[in-house]
Amino acid sequence: MAYSFPEEVLEYVFAFLSSDKDRNAVSLVCKSWYEIERWCRRRIFIGNCYAVSPQIVIRRFPKVRAVKIKGKPHFADFNLVPEGWGAYLYPWISAMARSYPWLEEIKLKRMVVTDESLELISKSFKNFKVLVLSSCEGFTTDGLASIAANCRNLRELDLRESEVEDLSGHWLSHFPDNFTSLVSLNMSCLGSEVSFSALERLVSRCPNLKTLRLNRAVPVEKLPSLLRRAPQLVEFGTGAYSAEIQTDIFSNLVEAFSGCKHLKSLSGFWDVVPAYLPAMYNVCSRITSLNLSYATVQSPDLVELISQCPNLKCLWVLDYIEDAGLKALSSYCKDLQELRVFPSDPYGAEPNVSLTEQGLVTVSAGCPKLQSVLYFCRQMSNAALIAIARNRPNFIRFRLCIIEPQAPDYLTLEPLDTGFGAIVENCKELRRLSLSGLLTDRVFEYIGTHAKKLEMLSIAFAGDSDLGLHHVLSGCESLRKLEIRDCPFGHKALLANAAKLETMRSLWMSSCSVSYGACKLLGQKMPRLNVEVIDERGSPNSRPETCPVEKLYVYRTVAGPRVDKPDFVWTMDEDAALRLS
Amino acid sequence: MRSIMGDYEETELRLGLPGAGGGGNEGETSRNNSGKRGFSETVDLKLNLNSNNSDGNQVEDMKQKNLIQASTDSAKPPSKTQVVGWPPVRSFRKNVLAVQKNTTATDDKSGGSSTAFVKVSVDGAPYLRKVDLKMYQSYQQLYDALSKMFSSFTIGNCGSQGLKDFMNESKLIDLLNGSDCVPTYEDKDGDWMLVGDVPWEMFVDACKRLRIMKGSEAIGLAPRTIERCKNRC
Repeated sequence: MAYSFPEEVLEYVFAFLSSDKDRNAVSLVCKSWYEIERWCRRRIFIGNCYAVSPQIVIRRFPKVRAVKIKGKPHFADFNLVPEGWGAYLYPWISAMARSYPWLEEIKLKRMVVTDESLELISKSFKNFKVLVLSSCEGFTTDGLASIAANCRNLRELDLRESEVEDLSGHWLSHFPDNFTSLVSLNMSCLGSEVSFSALERLVSRCPNLKTLRLNRAVPVEKLPSLLRRAPQLVEFGTGAYSAEIQTDIFSNLVEAFSGCKHLKSLSGFWDVVPAYLPAMYNVCSRITSLNLSYATVQSPDLVELISQCPNLKCLWVLDYIEDAGLKALSSYCKDLQELRVFPSDPYGAEPNVSLTEQGLVTVSAGCPKLQSVLYFCRQMSNAALIAIARNRPNFIRFRLCIIEPQAPDYLTLEPLDTGFGAIVENCKELRRLSLSGLLTDRVFEYIGTHAKKLEMLSIAFAGDSDLGLHHVLSGCESLRKLEIRDCPFGHKALLANAAKLETMRSLWMSSCSVSYGACKLLGQKMPRLNVEVIDERGSPNSRPETCPVEKLYVYRTVAGPRVDKPDFVWTMDEDAALRLS
Repeated sequence: MRSIMGDYEETELRLGLPGAGGGGNEGETSRNNSGKRGFSETVDLKLNLNSNNSDGNQVEDMKQKNLIQASTDSAKPPSKTQVVGWPPVRSFRKNVLAVQKNTTATDDKSGGSSTAFVKVSVDGAPYLRKVDLKMYQSYQQLYDALSKMFSSFTIGNCGSQGLKDFMNESKLIDLLNGSDCVPTYEDKDGDWMLVGDVPWEMFVDACKRLRIMKGSEAIGLAPRTIERCKNRC
């Protein structure tokens, strides 16, 4: 045993390590380093709330100040995970309330959060500072009222994209008059109107407020009053951006925006009346992030705005921008790093806008720093994908959604295998990929061969056989999350690559061809995996063994089988035969 | 129980690839029972899901049920019955757009649809045309386009010059008094109006169809304009 450094020195050095990977490595060096490290780890990230239990976490890391926990699988965003599946926060809060009295930060994604949990948070942690609820659900504005009333040192309250039962806007008025520590407030997902005077007073008395994202109910004529009280804002989200065109509203807006010399990010813009967009032109030169994904305005108006933003790094927009608008984007915004184009009419049979593969080709050619793309369109070709791949080998995230399932290359009617193949071959740093269109096993061969840094892969309506899945599981060395729907994959590739599943966070397969028998076998063979069958047709025992399950969710865990399963989830393990009979 | 045992051999976990030592058909590829295959061999692997026993059929059936068969003869993919969770758009985005679509349908805010096709009829022309008003940004552009469209018809002085003269109020009275043509439109209330009185955007929103009338018929449409001209001349 080396006593060359006293514990305090080691602890001081370890404090400089922020990445979990580094800290995990340090804790493997020797027993004393393991001990020292675990007592000084302050931040933990739990990528799957069922991979570990609160008790195990608390036992190993007794002095945590910040937790980040993710719950439901990603496909829950698209209604593929039934209601009541799980990911409850309460057990975590109740355990942490006892053991982490100094907890400051809770950041959650896709978890079920109740008002009870929120109240417990507000009363248990005296120095609580940060609450981020991303795509969460299960709570009402009453829960928010508890947080507002009791968290005297709150800095961040961010409800991004959560589903909140909006009983009233009264919760905001629960922030006490002597509460001044707010730095960030994101209430954009809420429906109800909050008391505007309460909001004004809150903004006035919080001098460190940097982020304010309002909800749709705040009308545009009220914005100047808020902006004038918070000229230090860096990120601002409007409410509904429409009203009768009145010159005094417009000039007030212009003046108010001009006063905000530090604004970098804008969002909101529901119900936009284009005539009000120029009110922001004074701040556009500093803008690096623009979320126009609710703004149903036409391409010319979008281009007008974008052309004023030469420093734009991140743009979220609807497909109203069209190919012409993307061409303009590529010429004005040379710093662009992230682009997301959402469909304005995802269920329409015919295209309603002139947005094609050409827009993406143009942006990939014109924006040298572009590294992250989410693009919805109605046609694609191998030629376009090859051009995109050659233009932009620095992609790290490439998510393409061709709206019609199994749509082929519209020029040649061939599958899009070679196009996506070019993407993975050229973009050597690719970490996330979503596929769409007509694809055979061949594309998976390319992915398995080339996508060595790929961490997350989403597949839908693709492939011909288990060979495809086998290529991915055997070839993608960095794979952590794999989500598959409506593909003809059975059990062979899964069972042959079962060990691979322990190196990944999770696997989701729905509407595929994995038989119940194979799921049981996988569960028996791999005790460190939870192999969960989700089937709303009733117990899988009531059907033949060879019958495919509806949905399969497999993840590594040290916590054993779930104890909070709903009646449509079954864990496959040694006791499966006994438990299910 | 028997079916589990039957399947076991096929699905037994190994380091090698599936099909190794499996059913009789795969003789050529089943030699290697341990270690990994070379990549080119992998490509040739025939993974036979449809095994000898009848239980295999049920798997096939489920496959058929879950798959959308890609049509090979036409570019048009199969029918658009709503697939759950596809396209992958989050529900809060869907809701926002649905609400906004409804608001643009009920009030006059622009930004809803990207086209505004209206029928154009010219008195004396044998057939009608259609124009997309959103293609133009001003009355002048519309007039230019209409002139080109109907240049082949000799309807009095209703050539491009005739329509351009319409922009000039001093000539307006001559036009209205003569048998020259006058552009009119039917608005949302069903009234026939003289083109040019309201701002362009408002016109695009209000216009349901266009009619190029003979001047003599249009006289009743613009009493105020005529008054103004009379007072000036």
